[in-house]
Amino acid sequence: MTTETAPTPSEVPTPVSAGPSGRSILQANLRDYGLVVALLAIMVFFQIFTAGTMFKPVNLTNLVLQNSYIIIMALGMLLVIVAGHIDLSVGSVSGFIGAIAAILMVQYHVPAIPAGLLCLVLGAIIGASQGYFIAYVKVPSFIVTLAGMLVFKGLSLAVLGGKSVGPFPTEFQLLSAGFIPDVIGPITLVAPKLDAAGKAIVGSSIVLHSTTMVIGILIVLAMVFSSLRTRARRRSHGYDSEPFPLFVVKTAIIAGLVLYITYLVASYKGLPNVLIVMSILIAFFVFMTKRMTIGRRIYALGGNPKAAQLSGIKTERLTFYVFTIMGALAALAGLIFAARLNTATPKAGQGFELDVIAAVFIGGASALGGVGQVAGAVIGAFILGVMNNGMSILGINIDLQQMIKGVVLLGAVVFDLYNKNKA
Amino acid sequence: METTILEMRGITKTFPGVKALSDVNLDVREGEIHAIVGENGAGKSTLMKVLSGVYPAGSYDGQIIYRGGEVQFKNIRDSEHQNIVIIHQELALVPLLSIAENIFLGNEVAKNGVINWDEARAGARKLLAMVGLKEDPDTLITHIGVGKQQLVEIAKALSKEVKLLILDEPTASLSEKDSTALLELLLEFKKQGITSILISHKLNEIKRVADRVTVIRDGRTIETMDKADISEDRIITSMVGRSLEDRYPDRVPNIGETLFEVKDWSVYHPLHADRQVVKNIALHVNKGEVVGIAGLMGSGRTEFAMSVFGRTYGQKISGQVLMNGKVVDTSTVRRAVDAGLAYATEDRKTYGLNLIDHIKNNVTIANLPGVSRNGVLDDMAEMKVANDYRKATNIRSSSVLQLTGNLSGGNQQKVVLSKWLFSDPEVLILDEPTRGIDVGAKYEIYTIINKLAGEGKGILVISSEMPELLGICDRIYVMNEGRIVGELSGDEASQEKIMRAIVRAEGRTA
Ligand SMILES: Nc1ncnc2c1ncn2[C@@H]1O[C@H](COP(=O)(O)OP(=O)(O)OP(=O)(O)O)[C@@H](O)[C@H]1O
Ligand SMILES: [Mg+2]
Repeated sequence: MTTETAPTPSEVPTPVSAGPSGRSILQANLRDYGLVVALLAIMVFFQIFTAGTMFKPVNLTNLVLQNSYIIIMALGMLLVIVAGHIDLSVGSVSGFIGAIAAILMVQYHVPAIPAGLLCLVLGAIIGASQGYFIAYVKVPSFIVTLAGMLVFKGLSLAVLGGKSVGPFPTEFQLLSAGFIPDVIGPITLVAPKLDAAGKAIVGSSIVLHSTTMVIGILIVLAMVFSSLRTRARRRSHGYDSEPFPLFVVKTAIIAGLVLYITYLVASYKGLPNVLIVMSILIAFFVFMTKRMTIGRRIYALGGNPKAAQLSGIKTERLTFYVFTIMGALAALAGLIFAARLNTATPKAGQGFELDVIAAVFIGGASALGGVGQVAGAVIGAFILGVMNNGMSILGINIDLQQMIKGVVLLGAVVFDLYNKNKA
Repeated sequence: METTILEMRGITKTFPGVKALSDVNLDVREGEIHAIVGENGAGKSTLMKVLSGVYPAGSYDGQIIYRGGEVQFKNIRDSEHQNIVIIHQELALVPLLSIAENIFLGNEVAKNGVINWDEARAGARKLLAMVGLKEDPDTLITHIGVGKQQLVEIAKALSKEVKLLILDEPTASLSEKDSTALLELLLEFKKQGITSILISHKLNEIKRVADRVTVIRDGRTIETMDKADISEDRIITSMVGRSLEDRYPDRVPNIGETLFEVKDWSVYHPLHADRQVVKNIALHVNKGEVVGIAGLMGSGRTEFAMSVFGRTYGQKISGQVLMNGKVVDTSTVRRAVDAGLAYATEDRKTYGLNLIDHIKNNVTIANLPGVSRNGVLDDMAEMKVANDYRKATNIRSSSVLQLTGNLSGGNQQKVVLSKWLFSDPEVLILDEPTRGIDVGAKYEIYTIINKLAGEGKGILVISSEMPELLGICDRIYVMNEGRIVGELSGDEASQEKIMRAIVRAEGRTA
């Protein structure tokens, strides 16, 4: 038990916002920090037990590529869960969209960009139609999306005629397999060692993708600048913010991590295209949930639908929008997955919904709605992804992998509840 | 002869960032009715939760001595085993279970896990008779009013052979008649030797039934008064730390032309399409006027207000709403708000607040455009708004970032009020605005109402406390069974006249 502030006696005027003290900020964010620490710990664990494979540039790049579609869907799922709903259909929908993309591009030779856009619109329409039943007809989302899951699973099979369809045109594959071009040109950090025959030994050199490096540094600068500005703004309005040393340490750690990862990625092939798409989406969703009125309204809706409605929030339309967004993101994920495999298979996307939902809950969202953070969902997805990746490298059997993932999910939620009860 | 049944010594309870109780002492004598009073957030409910094991031993400091020995309750069951029963501020009945099922919930009349329904029903009937409730034990809780639900709670307490009964604001949402019945019941229990602890903001009730009163302020015991010393003024002085000259702030009304008008308004029950709940109501509010709607519980006042405000209640709604003489569309909450209406609900937990979010976000949610630009929120502006209202309505909290779910009942009410004040309406409909609010804070809320009226806004107050309506309104409508049955100007209105209007109307329909 902490003893901090005694209640203000009624004679003394209450101070204008005794903002939370540094310690309580730390406490409030304990979970967020805990999540990051857990992710790092898991990565270090595998780094040690996979004899250094985990942090290899090629592996990190793979990690991003392998998990991009889960993360992208987790963004939408976070909104769905915060709004107090669930979407079980995202896996099937993403598989179905992959199938449609294949039919369009492979069989009808529609160019990649219009075909991709068409698929995104189709995904949004699918989300919207499920959202219609949930928001306006008031069928519980569990049931609507369970039905959707079955329908779209069946539809993918039907569309593909039970066969795999591929390969995709090269420009479509770039979505998953491409990297940004190095417009500045590579920098050789360590020249390759030559073997006796005068040929370079593979892996002995470090050549940096400099465009990636520049982008990474710019992002770090922008981050530091914006957090300094926010801090100054809070101060100028007389609100407490976290103590300066804590702020410096936190910013330094985050900046260091981003720089290190940039460096690693740059020493492989540079920034994957997917990572760019993903980062922009993550940034947008963070902004939307934290700073935009629509985000605030979604939290209010999940926290108490009746009160939200009586506060003038158009709860039905908002629910409808949330599912529409989810549909579009599931479509995007389906495209990325199809591009990655370079074929559309009838089984694509199956079971993705479980990973996506698990990521959001590991990230600290509440099954009752109204609580959850985008950053949490993303880190939750990475935790699952790192575990998949690390356990595969270690050659752990798939059955054991499933069990371990299940235990981690349960453990994360139990940890949450324990924390909440202690407060 | 008087033995002490309960002694709480040096109780200190801390929540993160808030010290709710510090070194509180309370002693209760066997067979008395002991009242606990104090401002919103003073720590009354917390103290009772400590006593009943809601906050287990170890989570607080201090000692509880009950019937001669120290007790350490780990949960509510422990305290129930010692025949201490608490009825919380927010009722804890399961709405879709029957009265009998609720009474014996967790305490079923069962053998080997099989419930004996005949015996349960018979037992329930006996208990209901004891509390004077004439209802079939099979009736679902949702189908009876709050007053009766309160009695079911008490029947439930009796089923546990209660020795010490704790009631946290039992009459806050009861009509005058139901309150009286409940207080009678407490006096009856007293004769049977049951000790009661009663928390209430209704000082007249306390004066009527309490043998002794303990006053708590800012988490500390101030004093305990004996029967002879109990007077409303004395209690108030002790509660707020200064004397309160007037219960109602002065105001010189400056009433303008008609601002808000409802014509021929009819509403039917949402489930029973043939039951008319609101019957051809016509009323108006002028600029700068405070208008009251008096009536008994269930007279259709809340239903009327909610149906006007975005059709949030009922079906087959007909009639017209006019603002400044022009017909306006109030068919959704958004439209009603845009038309200049606001409705602060009487039911803060169900309709008023997002309990898992903090004060700031609750205050701004009905007027996000007021703290944003192009859909992007300005968090500093939000903080300022929230802090301003926290100060204006005197919300007791660690900061505006405290979760509303952790606020005391009265402070939650103030958050609901702040939210609608910030929406800056032309006409503000307040439904039981001071329910569960302490005398000092009531005065502040009346002051705010007066200020709004002074700015030329129209205020429509629904209240079951007649003295309150008489104290603040320029005009009072009397409503009964969905109809307006009287209209009185502030000067001529009196409690008797209001009651007479109601009785006359009942005579006519009977
Ligand atoms: N779970 C909690 N977490 C944090 N603070 C809490 C919690 N419960 C109560 N408090 C704080 O403790 C104080 C006392 O609250 P309590 O509910 O006991 O007040 P009360 O005297 O019953 O007021 P009211 O008359 O409004 O019901 C308040 O400041 C409240 O905000
Ligand atoms: Mg209370």
